[in-house]
Amino acid sequence: MSVITIERKVLEKNEEFARRNREMLQARGILALNLVSSPGAGKTSLLERTLAMLKEEIRISVIEGDLQTDLDAQRVARFGVPVVQIVTHGGCHLEARLVRDALEQLDLETVDILVIENVGNLVCPANYDLGEAMKIVLLSTTEGDDKPLKYPEMVRNASVLLINKIDLVPYLNCDPAVLRRNALQINPSLKVFETSCTTDAGIREWCHWLKKEASAARK
Amino acid sequence: MHELSMAQNIIEIVERHVPRESAADVAAIRLRIGELSGIVPESLDFCFSALVRETALAEARLEIERIPIRARCIDCLAEFGVEESRFLCPSCSGGALEILSGRDLHVVDIELHERIEKDS
Repeated sequence: MSVITIERKVLEKNEEFARRNREMLQARGILALNLVSSPGAGKTSLLERTLAMLKEEIRISVIEGDLQTDLDAQRVARFGVPVVQIVTHGGCHLEARLVRDALEQLDLETVDILVIENVGNLVCPANYDLGEAMKIVLLSTTEGDDKPLKYPEMVRNASVLLINKIDLVPYLNCDPAVLRRNALQINPSLKVFETSCTTDAGIREWCHWLKKEASAARK
Repeated sequence: MHELSMAQNIIEIVERHVPRESAADVAAIRLRIGELSGIVPESLDFCFSALVRETALAEARLEIERIPIRARCIDCLAEFGVEESRFLCPSCSGGALEILSGRDLHVVDIELHERIEKDS
């Protein structure tokens, strides 16, 4: 038997693409967000509410990841912002190279915030750095307050947690305080917002914070 | 299903390090996979076998070493194993931790069968 020593990261290629994306985005002062959640937690709805509130003040571009369709990209395009669709054809996550290709289709000189809406999945996207400044994880109250404990890697890697569908709490067996505590136990530095895209609860606070982050990224 | 993409990445790394004519001699690919990486070893094994079927790497097997999650408390410097997603210091209940291990997702080395020179 002979042995060839390798000691390489399995995802070294992805990490190289991610590093280049990050350099490109940072150099232009763009705040890049990687928006992740389970399917149906409300990523696209949150994006719609955010665009409705901020698009006159801040230049937002969107990269939409989807397994099969461009339905979400159509929803976002109604707000008149630049949007690039990536269809992964069954692939369960976005990779940095796909994002690089999408970036080439955007005019990065006219972007303050880039939102990358990942494929609905809380497992795989945790492993794949896209070159974002931060991951925003959306957990909805319908998923239960123990959800953070089931996806610790995603919660640890995220900078912000949005507890979405907060308006449904009266009808559910989910305590948002427990959900928050479970998430903070895994990642104490997490910034937490409670939001509803139906009643707009918390959307103003979230957008206000986003604006501050975008101006910090520009400096 | 990201195990499929992981398996593809592993095969590419092997192909970059093993000369094409030696690919059939690859006996084992040793991997270090942390509990925090979200990889299911059985699933990775399944995807790998499916990808290498009827290729030069068909005989290669994956040897997976699982790395448990260990952390250090930033406040009291206690080191401990993290179980059941309890990311809290058992000594001082602090929540500010540095993860020491468990994120690993590495190809460690590749084991090759010595080729037995056959007389023609």
